Amino acid sequence: MKNGYFGEFGGRFVPEILMPPLLELEEAIRDMLPGRDFQDRFQALLRNFVGRPTPLTRLANLSRELGFELWLKREDLAHTGAHKINNTVGQALLAKQMGKQCLLAETGAGQHGVATATAAALLGLDCLVYMGAKDVHRQQINVRRMELLGARVVPVEASTQTLKDAINQALRHWIKEQDTTHYCIGSVVGPHPFPGLVRDLQAVIGREARAQFQEQTGTLPDQVLACVGGGSNAMGIFHPFVDDQSVGLTGIEAAGRGTPGCYHSATVNQGSPGVLQGTKTYLLQTEDGQILPSHSVAPGLDYPGVGPEHVHLQQSGRVAFVQVNDRQAVEAFQCLCRKEGIIPALESSHALAHALSLKGSLSSETQVLVNLSGRGDKDLDIVSEYCSMEGN
Amino acid sequence: MTSSRLEARLKEAQDKGRTALIPFLPAGFPDKNRFFDELKALDRAGADIIEIGIPFSDPVADGPVVEAASQECLARGASLAWLFQELPKHRSELSAEIVLMGYVNPFMQFGWSDLAEKAAALDLAGMIIPDLPLEESPEIEAILTRHQLDLIPLVGLNTSPERMHLYADRARGFVYFVSILGITGAKNVLSPELKSKLEQARQIFTQPLALGFGLSSPDQVQSVQGSVDAVVFGSALIEHIRQGGSGGSFLRSWRSGEQETGIGQ
Repeated sequence: MKNGYFGEFGGRFVPEILMPPLLELEEAIRDMLPGRDFQDRFQALLRNFVGRPTPLTRLANLSRELGFELWLKREDLAHTGAHKINNTVGQALLAKQMGKQCLLAETGAGQHGVATATAAALLGLDCLVYMGAKDVHRQQINVRRMELLGARVVPVEASTQTLKDAINQALRHWIKEQDTTHYCIGSVVGPHPFPGLVRDLQAVIGREARAQFQEQTGTLPDQVLACVGGGSNAMGIFHPFVDDQSVGLTGIEAAGRGTPGCYHSATVNQGSPGVLQGTKTYLLQTEDGQILPSHSVAPGLDYPGVGPEHVHLQQSGRVAFVQVNDRQAVEAFQCLCRKEGIIPALESSHALAHALSLKGSLSSETQVLVNLSGRGDKDLDIVSEYCSMEGN
Repeated sequence: MTSSRLEARLKEAQDKGRTALIPFLPAGFPDKNRFFDELKALDRAGADIIEIGIPFSDPVADGPVVEAASQECLARGASLAWLFQELPKHRSELSAEIVLMGYVNPFMQFGWSDLAEKAAALDLAGMIIPDLPLEESPEIEAILTRHQLDLIPLVGLNTSPERMHLYADRARGFVYFVSILGITGAKNVLSPELKSKLEQARQIFTQPLALGFGLSSPDQVQSVQGSVDAVVFGSALIEHIRQGGSGGSFLRSWRSGEQETGIGQ
C-alpha cells in the first residue's frame, strides 16, 4: 500500500512547500509518539485533565422501550464536553515536544476550536483558530470560550464562510508559519499523516468501550454506531473493533432536511471520489469537480468531505453507512433528554436516531453501543429555532 | 523522449539575454469573452508562455486575489469543459506556448486521459498542478508524458536539496520556483535567502527556472535577472485588469522595464 493510503484513499495532495512540515510531523509521530515520555504524559493528562475513562452507560428506560440493550459511550462527559479534547491534548503534547510555539486550528461549530484553545492554555502554547464568518456568527458562545482561553479567533470571509473555508485558510497560514506552528487538525481528514494520527489519538474511546463492555457484560457489543461528519469520533470508537468480526459497525451521516435535492452532509452515501484539502476521499461535488456546500442541523457534521479511512472501510464492506435527517436527529435529541436525563449533541443525536429506528428489528439480547460524542448544551438555540420553524 | 517545447521556448529567450515572461490568467477572467481578448493581447505584447488557470472552489495555494477571481469565473460558468469548447476558436491566433494551471480535483473529474488527449489536440504544452507533489504524481505524469505534455513541478525556499534532486530527475519543461513561503499574491521582498536558494536550485536543475508567487512590479524582475529564466505573475495582472487596464499594457510595462536597464537589447 502506498504511504498514507487506506486502500485507494488518503495520500498527500498538498503544495510542495507544505511537504517539509508534513514530513517533520510524520517523523515526530514515528519517533516521539510511542515513546515512554510522551505516553506517560499523555495518559496522565487523559486521566487527570480530560477525565478519562469516560463511563459506559446502559440506558435502562430506552432499552425497555426499544426491546434491545442500548448503551452509550459517554464522551459528553469528557472535559470541554466532547471527544475533541482527546485529539487536541495529544497533538498539543506532540507540538510541544517538537518545539513549536503555536497551535493552529480550524473549527466549524467551535468544539474543536475550544478543545484546541484548552490544550494550548494548559501547555503554554499560543493558539490561533480560523472559523468561517457564518459560523462565528452562529456560534458566539464558543467564540467567547475560545477567547477566554486565550486563543485568537479569525473569521474567514471567503466562499461559503464555513468549515471548509476555515480549513483552506488554516492550510494557507500553516504554509507561512510552518517553522513555529503546529496545525492541530480536528478530524480524520487532511493530508497524511493527519487521518492516522487523529484516529490513533481518538482510539482511546474504542479501547475503553471494548474493555468496559467486556467487564460489564462479559461479551462484546453486537453493533457499534457513531455519527460521521469528518469522522473522528467514529474512527476513534470503530478502530479497536475492526478486527472483531462479530461486531457490526455503522457510520451515520447527516441527510440534511432529507428532501430530494436538498443540501446535506452524507458524503459516503451520496458523494463521489475526489481530492480536497490534501486527501483523496469521497466529496460532495459538481460534475466539474467544484465542491458543493453541505448542510446539517448539526454544525459538527456540516462538511462536504469525509475521512479517507471511512471510505475504505465502507468499500471493503467492514462499515455500513446510513443516513439520518435533521428531523429524526432532533427527535432523538429530545427523546434522550426526556427518557434518560442526558442532553446529547445534535451530531451524536444522528447516531442515536439510527439506534431508535432499529426498534422491532432486533432480538432482546442484542447489544447496541452508541458513541455519544458530545453534550448538547451548545445546541439549545438550534433546537428551539428548529422546533419553532417546524411548528412543534 | 522528445525534447520539451517549453524548455526550447525559454532557452530562446535566454539566448537573447532576456528573462521570459509568463502571465497567468484564470479561464473566464475578466469575463467569458474578454478572456480571449486578453489572451491575445498578452500574446501580442510578448508573453513567452501563458498560464491559463482552471477555476476551483477551494484553491489552497492561492491568495485572496486569485481566489476571488476564480469564484467569479465559476459563477460565470467557466470550467475546463468550457475552455476546451471555446479555446479551439482562438488557438491559431496565439503564438505563446500555453500551459494549464489547476488543482487536482477538476482535472480528476474531467478524467486524466481525456484531459491529456484534449490538451494535446489543442497543442498545449504542459500542466502545473500545485497540489500534486512528487509522491502523488507518477501515474498522472505518465499519462501526460504519453501526450507530450510536460508536468511542471513547483519547489520553494523550504525544499531540501535532496527533494530538488528527486524533482530534477523527472521535471520537464521548466521548474516553477515559489519565491516566498506563502500563497500567490502575498507581499514580497526578494530576500537574500531567496537569492542563495535560487543559486542552489540552479546547480541542481538543468531545466529552466521560473520564479513566481508574489511578483508585483517590473523592478523585481531586474533584481533576479540572471538567477532565473522566467518570471510568472498572476495577482498583479488580475488587479491591473480589474482597475481597467489591459493585459497588453501590463506586459509592455514589464518589457519596457527590461529595456530601461538594457536588458533585452
